[in-house]
This record gives sequence, C-alpha cells and structure tokens, in this order.
Amino acid sequence: MDFPVEVILFLFLLATALTVALLEDLFAAAMMTGIFSLLSACLFTLMDAVDVAFTEAAVGAGVSTVLFLSTLALTAQREKQHPFTWFPLLLVILTGACLVTGTLDMPHYGDPKAPIHVHVAPEYIAGAERDFGIPNIVTNVLASYRGYDTFGETVVIFTASVGVMLLLGHRRRRPGPAHRPTITPEGAARMRDFAIVRVVSMGVIPLIVLFGLYVQFHGDFGPGGGFQAGVIIGAAVILYGLIFGLSTLQRVVPSPLLETGIALGVLLYGGTGVASLLMGGHYLDYAVFDSDDPKHGRHLGILLVEGGVGIAVTCAMILIFYSFAGRALAREAFDEGGGGQ
Amino acid sequence: MNAHLLVLEVVVPLMAAPLCMLLPSKPAARMFSIAVAWITLYLAWSILGALGATEHGVIAYELGGFPPPFGIELRVDWANAYLLLLVSGIAAVVLMFGPGSAGAAVAEGRHAFFYTAVLLALAGLLGITVTGDAFNVFVFLEVSSLASYSLIGLGRGARAPMAAFSYLIMGTIGGTLFLLGVGLLYQMTGTLNMADLTTRLPDVLDTRTIVLALALLIVGVGIKLAVYPLHQWLPNAYSFAPSVVSAFLAATSTKVMYYVLVRIIFTIFGAAFVFETLHADYLLLPLSLIAMFGGSLAAIYQHDLKRLLAYSSVAQVGYMMLGLTLASATGLTAGLVHVFNHALMKGGLFLAVGCITAQVGSSAMGDLRGLGKRMPFTCAALVVGGLALIGVPSTVGFVSKWYLVQAALEQDLLSVAALILLSSLLAVVYVWRVVELCYFSEPDATQVEVTGRPPVREAPLGQLLPTWILIGSTIIFGLTTDLTVGTASKAAAQLMGVGP
Amino acid sequence: MSEVLGLWNYWVVIVLMMIGLYIMIARDSLVKKVMGLNIFQVSVIMFYVSMGKVRGGTAPILPEGGAEGVLFSNPLPHVLMLTAIVVGIATTALALALVVRIKEAYGTIEEDEIHALAGGDGMDGRSAVQGEAE
Repeated sequence: MDFPVEVILFLFLLATALTVALLEDLFAAAMMTGIFSLLSACLFTLMDAVDVAFTEAAVGAGVSTVLFLSTLALTAQREKQHPFTWFPLLLVILTGACLVTGTLDMPHYGDPKAPIHVHVAPEYIAGAERDFGIPNIVTNVLASYRGYDTFGETVVIFTASVGVMLLLGHRRRRPGPAHRPTITPEGAARMRDFAIVRVVSMGVIPLIVLFGLYVQFHGDFGPGGGFQAGVIIGAAVILYGLIFGLSTLQRVVPSPLLETGIALGVLLYGGTGVASLLMGGHYLDYAVFDSDDPKHGRHLGILLVEGGVGIAVTCAMILIFYSFAGRALAREAFDEGGGGQ
Repeated sequence: MNAHLLVLEVVVPLMAAPLCMLLPSKPAARMFSIAVAWITLYLAWSILGALGATEHGVIAYELGGFPPPFGIELRVDWANAYLLLLVSGIAAVVLMFGPGSAGAAVAEGRHAFFYTAVLLALAGLLGITVTGDAFNVFVFLEVSSLASYSLIGLGRGARAPMAAFSYLIMGTIGGTLFLLGVGLLYQMTGTLNMADLTTRLPDVLDTRTIVLALALLIVGVGIKLAVYPLHQWLPNAYSFAPSVVSAFLAATSTKVMYYVLVRIIFTIFGAAFVFETLHADYLLLPLSLIAMFGGSLAAIYQHDLKRLLAYSSVAQVGYMMLGLTLASATGLTAGLVHVFNHALMKGGLFLAVGCITAQVGSSAMGDLRGLGKRMPFTCAALVVGGLALIGVPSTVGFVSKWYLVQAALEQDLLSVAALILLSSLLAVVYVWRVVELCYFSEPDATQVEVTGRPPVREAPLGQLLPTWILIGSTIIFGLTTDLTVGTASKAAAQLMGVGP
Repeated sequence: MSEVLGLWNYWVVIVLMMIGLYIMIARDSLVKKVMGLNIFQVSVIMFYVSMGKVRGGTAPILPEGGAEGVLFSNPLPHVLMLTAIVVGIATTALALALVVRIKEAYGTIEEDEIHALAGGDGMDGRSAVQGEAE
C-alpha cells in the first residue's frame, strides 16, 4: 500500500508551496519552485503518470529554474516587505471553499467506475495493440488521436520563443545603471577555470545528448518522446554555454541555425499532416502513409511528428536561453565564463 | 473537399507563421502575412458558402480520421462560420495598415518576427473558433494569448511591458480556470468532445461539480472577454499596445471569447439549465448594465484617445453580454450582431488612432486640437466611427441597439430598454469630446514649437485605406444587414435549439 | 468519512492551487507572481493526473507479452497534461522576458513601486504612446 508515501509527499509539497509564498529571498524561492516540481514529479510517478513525471522533472526542475535564475540575475534578489492585507486571503479562502464544495459530488480517487475510465479511454487502451503496435499508450494517443493538440502544443512553444526573441532580441540601446545585472560575474568563480568542471562537463554533455536521443527514439516503448528529448538536449547545450561562455556556444550553434531549426520542426509536424491530406486522408491521418499496412503507416507518422517536436523544442529551449543570457550579462562579462549563477 | 476547408482555415496561418519567420526582409514578411490573411478570409467565405448548402447547417471534420469522441473533431455551424469570417476579415484589413508596424518597438532585423506573432495570434483565434473539442479550445487559446502578450509588450513607451505582464497574469489565471472547468466536465462525463458533452451532461446536471465547472468556465472565459468586473487588464493592454495590435485584438480577441462563452452556455450546458435552473441572469444582467455605464463613464474622463476607446470597449462588452443574458433568439442575435459591428467600429477607430500616432507622435487628447484641418480624412474616420459607437441610424451601432432594445421589450424589460438608450447618451458625451477637440479647438502654439517636429500632414494612403475600409463598412453594414443579421439570426436559432 | 478518504488529495490540490493564486494576487514582486503562476498550473496538472489514476492500475505502457488482464490507469489525462506542462513553461518564459523588460524600464520589479513611477493607473494627461511615430 503506497498510501502513506503519497500523504508524506503531499505534506512536503504543501510545505514547499508555503515556503515559496513566505520566502523573501527570491533565489531561495526559485530553488524551492524547482523542488516543488521534483516532488510533483514523484507524485505523478506514484499516480502512474510516468510521462508527465518525466516532463515535469525536466521542465519544472530544469528549464524553468534556469530561467528564474537568469531573470533574477538581471532583476532583484530579494522581495521587498509589504504590509499584510486581508482581501486576497479572504478571496482565496472563499474560492477554495467553493472548489471543495464542487468536489463533493465527484467520483472518488482511483474509482475504476468513474466516467472517464469507462467512456473514451478504454478505446485508447484497446486500440494501442490493435491499431498501433506501440507499447506506450500515452505516446500514441498524444501523436495520433490527439495529434492536433500536440501540433498546437508545438506551436505554443514556438510562439513563446518568438515572443521572447521579440521582447529580448538583441536591442540594448540604453545600458543605464538600472540595466546592469545585480549579480556581476566578477565576484563569481570562473567556471571555465575549474579543470574539474571543464573535464567532467566535457564527459557528461555528450552523454546527456545521447540520453536525449534515446528518449526521442525510445518514446514508443517507454516514457519519453519528442518534447522530453528536446528539453534534455536543449539542457545539455545550455550547460555547455554556462561553462564555456555564450559566445563560444553561439559560434558552435549560431542563432540563425536555431531559428531555421525551430521553423523546420513546426513545419515537419504540420507538413506530415499536409502529406496525409495530399495522400487522400484526413489531416494527420497517418494510416494513409502505408496503404498495405496501416499500423506501419501510423508508426511512420508518429516518428515524423515526434521528430518535429524534438527539433522544435531543442531549438526553442536554446533560443530562449540565448535571449535571456544575451540580455543578462554584459556580453564581455559573460564571455569570461562566469555566467552560471 | 468542403470539410477539409475547416482544417485548412487553421493550418494555413499556423504553418505560414514559421515560414514568415524565415523571410529575409520586412516588406516580404508583411506582404506574405497579408496574403495569408486574405487566404484565410477566402477560406472562411467558402466555409460560409458550403454551410449554406448543407441540410442542417453543420460541417464536421474528423482529425486523423478518428471518429469523435475518440479523436478531435472540428465542427462548424452558423455561429462559428460567422466568427471565422469576422476574424479573418479583420486580420486581412488590419495587416494592410502600413508602412511600418504602427508603433511597435521591434528591433532591426526582427520585423519578420512581428508578423509571425500576428499570424500566430490569428491562427490561435481561428483554431478556437473552429474546434469542437473543449480541451483543444484551451490549446489554441494559449497560442493566441501568448502571441498577444508578446505583441502588446512591444508597444513603445515604458509601460507596455507592464501592461502585457498584467494581462499575462490575468489571462493565465483565466486560461487555467478554464482548463480546470474542462477537467471537471471531463471528470463527470468522460468526454471532451462538445457534441458528446451536450448529450452526456443532462445525466449529471444536478451535481455540484457541474455547477462549479460552469462557474469556472464562465469566470475563465469572462476574464479574457473582459466582462465587468474582470476587465482590469483591458484598458492598459489596449492603450499601451502598438495601435495595429490594439485594432486587431480589440476587434477579434474579445469577440472570439464571446463566442466561446455562447458555445459553453447555449450548446454545452443549454440555456434552460444556465438561466432557468441556476438563474445566472440574476448575476449577469446587473453586471452587463454596470459595464455599459461604468465603461462609458470612465471613457468620458480619459486624457488619452486610445484609453478612451479601451474603456468604451468595456462598455460594449456589456451590450454583448446583455444580449446573451436575455437568452432569447432575438437577444442572442443582437449580441452576435454587435460582435460583428463592434469589431468593425473599434478596429477602424484604433486604426485611425494609429494614423494619428504615426503622424503626431502621441494619442493624448490634448494633441488632437485642431487636427481636423490637418488630417481631415483621419478625423472624419474618427467622427463616423464615433457615430457608430453612439448608435446613430444608418450606422451599424444603430442596428445592434435596435435588436437589443427589441429583445428587452420582448421580455417586457422596459427599464432595461430605457437603460440601453440612456447609456448611448454617455457615448455621445465622449465622442463629442473628440469631435470638439478635432474641429473646434485651435492647436496649442507652444506645443508645436516644443516638439520641433515637421508640421503634421494627413496619413499616407497605406494607413488611410484600411482605416476607411473598416469605417466604411460600419456604414455599409448599417444599411444592408443581410449578411450580419441574416447569419446571426440563423446562428441564434441554431444555438437556441430551434433549428435553422 | 468515505468522502474524506476518496477526495482528500483533490482537497490538497485545491489548497496548493489557492497558495499559488494567493501569491499571484497578493505579492508585489513580479518574479514571485510568476512563481505563484507555476504552482497554480502544476496544481491543476496534479488535479488531472489524480483523475486518471485507477486503484490497482499501472502506468499505461503495454507490457511485453500482451496486455491480457492488466489494469491501466487512464492515459488521456496524461496526454492532456503533457500539453499543459508545455503551456506552463511557455508562459513562464514569456512572463520572465516581460519582467526583464519591466526592470529595464523602471529599475524595479515591485508592482507598487512601478505603479508609483508610472503615476498610478490614470494617464495624468500624458499619452500612452509618446513618440510612437515610425
């Protein structure tokens, strides 16, 4: 019975959330947000959502923590004290009470007879073997039955990187005192100068990339897929940038290349749909790719769209990092190699 | 082939966006996005035509070839076909506004990104409108929202990013509450398909969970629609955004959210449950009346033309909500007609402000003094648009209010009908302020010297043309109402379950 | 009593959600608001994942040697929440980009100070778009 484990994790989760609310040190709060994501990922695993757990761990504890820290390096480390006001607290308690009332008529946790377990989902489970031959049911629902949602999801991350690039694009006209990073790298150790960091990372980064590729292509069988792979590979590249400096990284992986990459990723996904249209099927109907063996056609389609997601997400992660890092530290200071906070 | 039109309507702008990003120059990106917007308009027009040829006025499309409720379904009836036409039409006209992206602080070499973001916002809005799947609405809602936040944050002046940030926080709360509401519906029925929800919901309508789901959906959508008192993000967002962006969003974004609300209340839950069992009108009717008066009163006291128009939008959302709350075929027709009409006038007016800010460099009320002589066509557009806002006969505003008053009288709500007319008087006040400054005030001599700009001239044709297309339409659709009222009444009949 | 056992984790999720909402509306630091947003979104994700759990079920991955008699948890909430996580990180990235721009414009990321610098919500006769010309 894993009941007590869940209870303990939930208690930790509550404590973490309260700590985030109360901490005035924003760096500490950012780390706590990362821990919050990790704890959530553990809970997701307990609730059988391994794909969600994987993604939450990679995104919440990885990417968003890096983004928070980059932002804090540019803005402020501490939150200012403010007098306490009652109105928000009352509003929140009232809303919470309404929500709790609303749950009273819900099917209980884990009830196998709940409507969601008897209406649509059984078809997905039955269809996995019959129509797809792909063991990971989440992957095939994601890429086929709800492939259009996943296309939308790829576009969401594309939209975010376009937005971030528009807002933080290389435009630094007025570098007044307010624009200097609060944390300057002078005081920080130069990561590049540490032989251990350098050597270890040179060994680790290829392994991370390799793992990312494994996640990309193993997504049919176990947890993982294009999005998780993109985040992991993106993180490896970002790690390289943190250690060897932004401009070194940009020489290896220039922005225009990534911009082309992200566009091609989205187009690969959408184009797979267009191809199925042209071959006489409905949009994103992969069965038409192989008229003799629809299973094989679907497999091919899923491989293509997952590839599109992987490419788009990898490029998006790196481009978002470029925008923050390029803005974050005066270019030459960052190139000293002390960018990682 | 007809059914493929539905998916193309979304996929064309969606795939055009990454292509647009790769274009090398600003004019190329601009021409490309204009072409894409016109293609979506053509597709929307074809969908409306195809719908007329169907027996029941519904076209459905199974994505991936999976039958609903297992796969995602696109489903168009008169209501969303009407919205598709509006959204793509506004995009086609507004994107023509040029040269330049009117007030957007875009870095050199990033102009293609600006048009990419506009295309993404357009694709997101079309995606929301065309889909028949509740969760899919959330996905496309986020596509259009994220694109809108970035576009608003690009406004010149220090306050644009803060306006965008506030909108982002409010909008994300709204989006997440919507997601939770969809989750509760899913929890109780096991389906995400709207048509399937309609058939499965009656079994569980008496549960508290479903009431909560409805409340969450209304609040979530209400935030994005700027229903009073959830409208606080709107005035700043529209005032500090680049003018073209204000014109586009004011004319499309809130309209699509209105459609989503109509879809939730009338198709998914059914008007009988929402208004007769739960009496949501007891809450919504006073709120729409407060919005009508509060928004107009606030508009009167603004010192900036853009901000005045933004507050006027809050009031206009009140009129639309009033139509919905009356929960009759006439009321819904009035609401939907006003959606179309208000999009034309607000889009045109914000573009006129874009002309002014491009020439004068500001949209402060004080800078309008004597502008009628120097920018006669732009100021004339302001006047005609203003008359439409008031609801003068032969403009679209009159048509909307005519149906709205009729709907109120049908239900013997004399006081509501009177309040509609009374609130129009407030519009007279704020429109007159603009007219007075443009035509009956002399420019401030010192101000001209201080700014040291060249004398103000009329806006170039590239800016005047789209402005006048929209403003001209407020007259055209004020005189011929076949398209607007015709389609809206068919949509209303369908939504009320009377059949076309 | 059965209610408590059957629904308690939804209630914990609601408390988490409300903590996130509280941070968003009560805190003045913009970065803190984004953190609240994160907690709020993750709670909703947890709500969906809780719905998908089937007692005695296992992760929805077909084991080798056939799925006969295996009880799976519902895959659909997992699929939906993968999308929601992506939306979450996209929103966070964009929000933080805006925070950086706000800091550059005002020199602070505390909401009350920004409003004080911007002269309240009113316009004080200044234009929203001073110097907008191309």
